[in-house]
Amino acid sequence: MSNKVLVTATINDEERSFVCEPRQSLLEVLRDVLHLTGAKEGCNNGNCGACAVIMNGVLVNSCLVLGVEANGAAITTIEGITPKEGLHPLQQKFLEDAALQCGICTPGFIVAAKALLDKNPNPTEQEVRYWLAGNLCRCTGYDKIVRAVLDAAATLRAEKQAA
Amino acid sequence: MTPVIKKTEAKTNGKPFKVIGQRVIRPDGVDKVTGRAQYGADVILPGLLYGKVLRSPHAHARILSIDTSAAEKLPGVKAVITGKDLKPAEDKVAKSGESSVNYSYLSQNVLAQDKVLYHGHPVAAVAATSIHIAEEALALIKVEYEVLPPVLNVLDAMKDDAPILLPNLRTKELGEVVSDKPTNIASHEQHARGDLAVGFAEADVIVEREFHTNTVHQGYIEPQNGTALWNADGQITVWTSTQGAWDQRRDLSEILHVPLSQIRVIPMEIGGGFGGKFPVYLEPLAALLSLKSGHRPVKMWMQRDEVLKATGPTSASVIRVKMGARKDGKITAAQAWLAYEAGAFPGSPVGAGMGVIFAPYKLDNVQIDGYDVVVNKPAAKAYRAPGGTNAAFAGETVIDELAEKLGMDPITFRRINAAKEGDRRADGPIYGRIGFIETLDAIEKHPHYHAPLPEPRAPYMKVGRGVACGFWYNWDGKSSASAVVNPDGTVSYLEGSTDIGGTRASLAMMLAETLGIHYEDVKPMVGDTQTVGYNDGTGGSRTTYGSGMAAYHLGKEIIREMKQRAAVLWEVPADDINVEGDVYSYGEKRITFKELCAKLDETGGPMSVSVSLDTKGAIPALATHVVDVEVDTETGKVNILRYTAAQDVGRAIHPSYVEGQIHGGVAQGIGWALNEEYYYDKDGHLMNASLLDYRMPTALDLPMIEAVIVEVPNPNHPFGVKGVGEVPIVPPAAAIANAIYRATGVRMTVLPMNPKNVLQALGKI
Amino acid sequence: MQAFSYVSARTLSEAADILAREGDQAKCLSGGTDLIVFLREGRRSAKVVVDVKGIPELNQLGYSPKEGLTIGAAVPLHRIYNDAHVIEHYPGLIDAATLIGGIAIQGRATLGGNVCTASPAGDSIPILIAYETTCIVASRNVTKAIPLEKFFVGPGRTVLQPGELLVALKLPPPKPNSGAAYLRFIPRNEMDIAVTSAGAMVVLDEDKRRFVGARLALGAVAPTPLFVPEAGAALTGQPVSDEAIEAAARAAQAAARPITDMRGSAEQRKHLSYVMTKRALLRAIERARGG
Repeated sequence: MSNKVLVTATINDEERSFVCEPRQSLLEVLRDVLHLTGAKEGCNNGNCGACAVIMNGVLVNSCLVLGVEANGAAITTIEGITPKEGLHPLQQKFLEDAALQCGICTPGFIVAAKALLDKNPNPTEQEVRYWLAGNLCRCTGYDKIVRAVLDAAATLRAEKQAA
Repeated sequence: MTPVIKKTEAKTNGKPFKVIGQRVIRPDGVDKVTGRAQYGADVILPGLLYGKVLRSPHAHARILSIDTSAAEKLPGVKAVITGKDLKPAEDKVAKSGESSVNYSYLSQNVLAQDKVLYHGHPVAAVAATSIHIAEEALALIKVEYEVLPPVLNVLDAMKDDAPILLPNLRTKELGEVVSDKPTNIASHEQHARGDLAVGFAEADVIVEREFHTNTVHQGYIEPQNGTALWNADGQITVWTSTQGAWDQRRDLSEILHVPLSQIRVIPMEIGGGFGGKFPVYLEPLAALLSLKSGHRPVKMWMQRDEVLKATGPTSASVIRVKMGARKDGKITAAQAWLAYEAGAFPGSPVGAGMGVIFAPYKLDNVQIDGYDVVVNKPAAKAYRAPGGTNAAFAGETVIDELAEKLGMDPITFRRINAAKEGDRRADGPIYGRIGFIETLDAIEKHPHYHAPLPEPRAPYMKVGRGVACGFWYNWDGKSSASAVVNPDGTVSYLEGSTDIGGTRASLAMMLAETLGIHYEDVKPMVGDTQTVGYNDGTGGSRTTYGSGMAAYHLGKEIIREMKQRAAVLWEVPADDINVEGDVYSYGEKRITFKELCAKLDETGGPMSVSVSLDTKGAIPALATHVVDVEVDTETGKVNILRYTAAQDVGRAIHPSYVEGQIHGGVAQGIGWALNEEYYYDKDGHLMNASLLDYRMPTALDLPMIEAVIVEVPNPNHPFGVKGVGEVPIVPPAAAIANAIYRATGVRMTVLPMNPKNVLQALGKI
Repeated sequence: MQAFSYVSARTLSEAADILAREGDQAKCLSGGTDLIVFLREGRRSAKVVVDVKGIPELNQLGYSPKEGLTIGAAVPLHRIYNDAHVIEHYPGLIDAATLIGGIAIQGRATLGGNVCTASPAGDSIPILIAYETTCIVASRNVTKAIPLEKFFVGPGRTVLQPGELLVALKLPPPKPNSGAAYLRFIPRNEMDIAVTSAGAMVVLDEDKRRFVGARLALGAVAPTPLFVPEAGAALTGQPVSDEAIEAAARAAQAAARPITDMRGSAEQRKHLSYVMTKRALLRAIERARGG
C-alpha cells in the first residue's frame, strides 16, 4: 500500500493539515481532499492554467506540484482571493466587463492576473497578454479578459492612491 | 470593498425596452469568479468511487479477447466493465442537438464491441476507491487485438479497395440504398437547381480549386465528465456537464435500456462545449460501473489526451469548388463537391456544409454534392456551425478570386450577388428577413476597411487585408420554463437551457422586460430533467431565441394570472384590465406588479406558472469579416494584426455577451485557420494529443477583436432575436486566406495555414 | 500515476546517497514541470522522488566578474530572469528563460531540469552552449565538470550515470565586445515547443567590425541540442558582413539533421536552421555593439 504523508500548509491564511500520497498533485489535494474545487483541472500537465494558485508568492500550476511539496508553504487559491465583503476588483471587473462565458478558466485567470498586479500594478495590454499566455480560454478570444485585467489594475491603483 | 451588484437603471437607447440592451451582471457571475460554481467534475458524494477508461492503442483492430481478472483482484477495485456489459442499442436514428444520432453507433462509440475503430476508442472501464488505483487496474487488463490496416483520410476511404470500417454500412445514394457493396461512404446527397452548363457558358471568368482541411477539436477547457448513481430502486441520477440534459437522458435510456422516467440528468455548470458536449461518453459507463459496484456513485472525468483522442472533433474535408461570373459581377454558375470525414461512425456535418458553402448568394445555376465518409478517427461531433468553416473557406476563397479576376472590390462583388429576403437557398428554403447586405454595408463603412495597412516591420514581412462572409442556419426548437411569483414582487424563474455563456442573464432580461420589472427581481436557475419541462439543448444558436420565446410566453402567462388576481381584488372582469409595464389598471384603479404580488394570498393563494413550446421562426445569421495579417515570408508565420466582424444578430439582448460570442467564434476560427490540426502517424496514432501540441490561440496570439453588432430584427420573435453563437466561426479561415493572398500573392488551399503549409505554398520548402 | 516515496533532501550527500542506493529508480525533483508530467504519463518511472530544492548548492545564484555566473540546478527561472546580474551580463539567457512555458511554469521550472530533461528542443540549451556553459555533476564521492555540449547522448538521455546529479551550471564571464541571443521559431507566440531554435554568441574586435570568435548551437534539428562549431569557424576572423553571416547560417543549415514530427517537417526545420541562425546572429551582433 501507498506510504501516506502528513502535510501541513497555510492555505488561504488558514493552517491546514492533510494526509496524502506522494503521487497526489497539489491540485488533487486541493480538490479531492480539501474540497477547494475552485482550481480546475483542464489539462493536468501545465498547458492550460486552469489550476493556477499562488505558492509562496509565486504563480504555479497546482497540477505540476506534488501535494507533499506544499508542506510548510503558503498557498492562495481563488477561494482565498475573495475578500470577506464584496469582491476583489479583478472579480468585480470580470463580471462588469463580461470577461467570462463558461467560466471554467476564470479562477485560473483571476489568480494569474492577481499575481501579475501584485508585481506590476500598471501593466500594458501586451504585458497582460504575455503574462496570461499560460492560461487558455476558449470562449472569449481574450478580448474582454484583457480589458477586465486592465480595468481592475486601474481600480486598484485608484484605491491605493485614495488610501 | 467593491460593490457586487448595482441595480440596473433603465436606459432605452432609443428602443422601446427597459431591460433589453443593458449590460447587466450575470446572475451566476459571483459563483464563477469566486470558484464556488459547481461544474461537473466538482461533484463530491458520500462513498464516491472513481472511474477510468481503458482505450484502444490501435486505430483499427478486432478485439479477440479481454481478460479483466487481474484488474478485478486489485484491492480497491469495485467494478470492471467491457463491451459485454453493454447490451447493443437499437439501430435507429434520432435528432440530437444540431446533428442526428444512431443509437447503435452511439453505444459502440461509448464502449467498443468486437472492433475498435480509432486510437482512443474505449474498450473497458474500471471503478475504484481512488483514481490512482483505477489507473493501476487499467494496466492489468489484458486485451488481445488483431490489428487491421487503418484508413486515415477521406479520399483513401472512398477508394474501392479501401479497408472497411463497418461491415454492414451501405451507401445511401440520394436517400436510397442502391448497392449491397460494403463501403465507407455512408451517404451521398445533392442539391441542384438550374443548368450548370448554361451558367458556365455564360461566364467571363471561371475559378476552380480543390481545398483540403484537417480535423480540429472544439477545445473546451473543461474535459468531459460524468458522475452516476444507479440506485438499488433502479433510479439513475447523473450529474454532468452537458449542453443537452434531455438529449443525454434519451441517449442513456436507449443505451442502458431504462425508461426515461427512471433517469434524472442534472446539468452542472459546464466548462465550454461548442457542440461537443451533446453526446454521452462517460455517463453510461459511470452508470454501469455504479450498478456493478453495488450502487455506489461513480465519478469519471477525462484527461486531456482522452478528450482529444476520443471526443467529437469536427471533420477533415476535401472540397472542390467551381464558380463562374460575368464581367458585370453576376455569378452565373456554382458547383461544389464536398467529402467530409465522419470519423468512426456516419454523421459528419457535410449536409450543413453543403448548405453553408454558397448560402450568402443568390444563384440560378447551382449543384452541390456531399459525401459522408467513415475513417479511423474519433466520431465527428458538432462544433460551432458544424461543417461551416471548411465550406466557407472553400467557397469564400473562390468568391475572392472571382472578384479579383474581375477587378472588383470584394464587397461590391458580394453585394451584386447577395441573397435577400425571398431568395431561395441552394438547399431549398426561402430566406426570411436576413441582414446580409447590412453586414456588407457595416464593413464597407467601417474605418478598418479604409485604414491604410501598417508598414511591414521587416523586408521579409508582407501585410494584407482579406474579407469573407458567412452564413449559419440558426435553430428554434423546443423550450419549457416555469416560474414562481413571490409575495415580495420577485420572480423565481426555472429554465432548462444549459447556460454556457451567459444565457441565464439574457433569458431573465427577456422575462423582466415582458413583466416590466427590474432584471434583478428575476432570479433564474437552470433546472434538470426532473424539475422543469423538456428543453432542446444549448446549441444551434437557439437558446436566446427558443428559450427566450419561452421566457416571453412565461411572462405573458404570469401577466394573464396577475390580471385575474387584480380582477379578484377589484371585482372587475380580468379582460378589462390594462397592463402597461409593471402597472395594472382599471379605470382609476392602479396597482403595480409588486403591490399586486403582496396581495397574492388574498386573491387566490400562491402562484406558479409554466409553459412548454415548440418554437418556430428562426432566421439565419449572416456575417462579414475583415482581417489584416502580417506574413513572415521566411518562416511562413501569419500574425493577425486587426480583426473586425460585423454580424446581423437580430436583436442584441445583452450586448456584452453578444460581442463575447463574436469574439469567441472569431478566435476559434483563427485557431482553425492558422495552427489547429490533428496530427496522426501513418498507423493512425494521434501524436499531438495535448494542449501543448494541439495549438489553440493564447492571449498573445490574438489582437482585440472588434465586434460590430448589426440589428435587423427577426419579425418572428417578440424581441427580434435571431441567434448569435455560431456564424462568427464561419468566415475567419477564408478571410485570413484572402488576406494572405493579398499579402503574398499566394492562394492557400489547405487548413491549417500553419507556417509549414505557408512556406510550402510560398515555394520556400 | 505509479506510487513512489518522497524525500526532501537537505544536503548534497543525503541526495547522493539515495541516488547511489536506488539507481535509476530515484528521480530528482526540482521544478517538476517535466518530471511530474513524465511520471503521470508513464514516460519515466521512480520508486523514490528526491526533492533537491532544499539543497544549498543547488539553490545558489551568484555572479562575479572573474568567475562568471553560477546557477544552481534547482533555481527556478523567475529568479534567474529577475536577477540583476543575469539581466546585465547574459541577455541571451533572459531570452530563453522568459519563453520557457508560461509564467506559472517559470515559477517552478529550472535550467537544471531543462538540461537534464535533455529534449533536443530544450529552450535554454542552445544559448547555454553558446555561452560555453559547464555542468557541475556530483555523486557520492566525486564532483566533475562537463562541457554542456558533451552532456547529451540522445533524446531524453544524458551522460549522467545512476547515482549522479547535476548540481550547477557555470557560465564564464562575458568577453569584452561580446553579445548573445536566443531565438526560437514556434507557430504560436507562446506556450510552444521550438520547431527550430538558435542560440548565438559573438565576440567582436574593439572596433566591433570583425568577429573575434563565435559560438552557435541549434535546437530541435538533431537527436540532441546541436553545437555547430562550423558556424563559429565561418565567422571567426571575418568582417561583420552579410556574407559572413550568410556563410555561418548556411553552415548551420548544413549541420542540421532534423526529423519530421507533429511539430514540423524535416524540410521546414532545415530551412529554419538557416533563418533562425541568421536572425540570432544579427541580434547577438546588435547586442555586442551595445544595442
